[in-house]
Amino acid sequence: MSVELDGLDRRIVNGLQGGFPVSERPYAEAAEAFGIAEDELIARIDRLLEAGALSRFAPLFNAERLGGAVCLCGLAVPAARFDAVAEQVNAHPEVAHNYAREHALNMWFVLASERPERIEEVAAAIEAETGLTVYRLPKLDEYYIGLKVEV
Amino acid sequence: MLDDLDRRIIAATQTGLPLTPRPYHALAETLGVPAQEVMDRLRGMQARGVVRRIGAVPNHYALGWSANGMSVWDVAEARVEELGPQVGALDFVSHCYRRPRHLPLWPYNLFAMVHGRGRDEVEEKVARIAALLGPASRAHEVLYSTRILKKTGLRIAA
Repeated sequence: MSVELDGLDRRIVNGLQGGFPVSERPYAEAAEAFGIAEDELIARIDRLLEAGALSRFAPLFNAERLGGAVCLCGLAVPAARFDAVAEQVNAHPEVAHNYAREHALNMWFVLASERPERIEEVAAAIEAETGLTVYRLPKLDEYYIGLKVEV
Repeated sequence: MLDDLDRRIIAATQTGLPLTPRPYHALAETLGVPAQEVMDRLRGMQARGVVRRIGAVPNHYALGWSANGMSVWDVAEARVEELGPQVGALDFVSHCYRRPRHLPLWPYNLFAMVHGRGRDEVEEKVARIAALLGPASRAHEVLYSTRILKKTGLRIAA
């Protein structure tokens, strides 16, 4: 599923991870740094989203600063039930993302909500629905959240 | 905290910024408020850290970074606060957190996310973390992701 990018695409993906202006013509401003025109930048972003090279181009919110909470959770799901459990877990809008991983704990999802009490409510609901223990692994300290995946 | 307009701005932008020359004006029109107000609110939320940044979220898999390894480490409690920031500062670590252990199943208290074009590349980077941690790390594992089951991000109701 790898997407072919040219040099300009790469510079755009790398450059736009760092931020985007809040101004009257932000695309025109950002385009200048890439040495291209406003409409070309818009077309490139559109194509990168369409191709799946970017999963989003948007403001990224910090749930904790919104007064909310985030919690990484792990589940040990029997292989035969994996897809069914994924569906049960993903059905909760508080599940921000969910990954299958190779381990006894084979499903890892992040609960995020602007209402901190929802984290425990949803974790408990998932336990009730699946009959599985949800291992709650909230962050105790954050040492870095990077913006540094160069393509 | 957020007022009603902040929430409506969040709800209107969380899946994507309009791809038009004046995106904040387009938002303002949808929300029925002046564009200046939308821009002031977004700047304000950035200043308060509610918005981390406005920007692109790359899909590592689609970009050929097919190996995503969550490396997890059992680091001596007395050393983790000193060593965690050093691991986080490595240029290839994209996220780094201290988290609670769940003994006996889960002895790991330090998480460092490492991406690579293949597992070899991830292993090489993990070896560099191991060298940095030295004997302070009693055990570690790398959990490779095999599938993205969901990736929507935080959702805020309007």
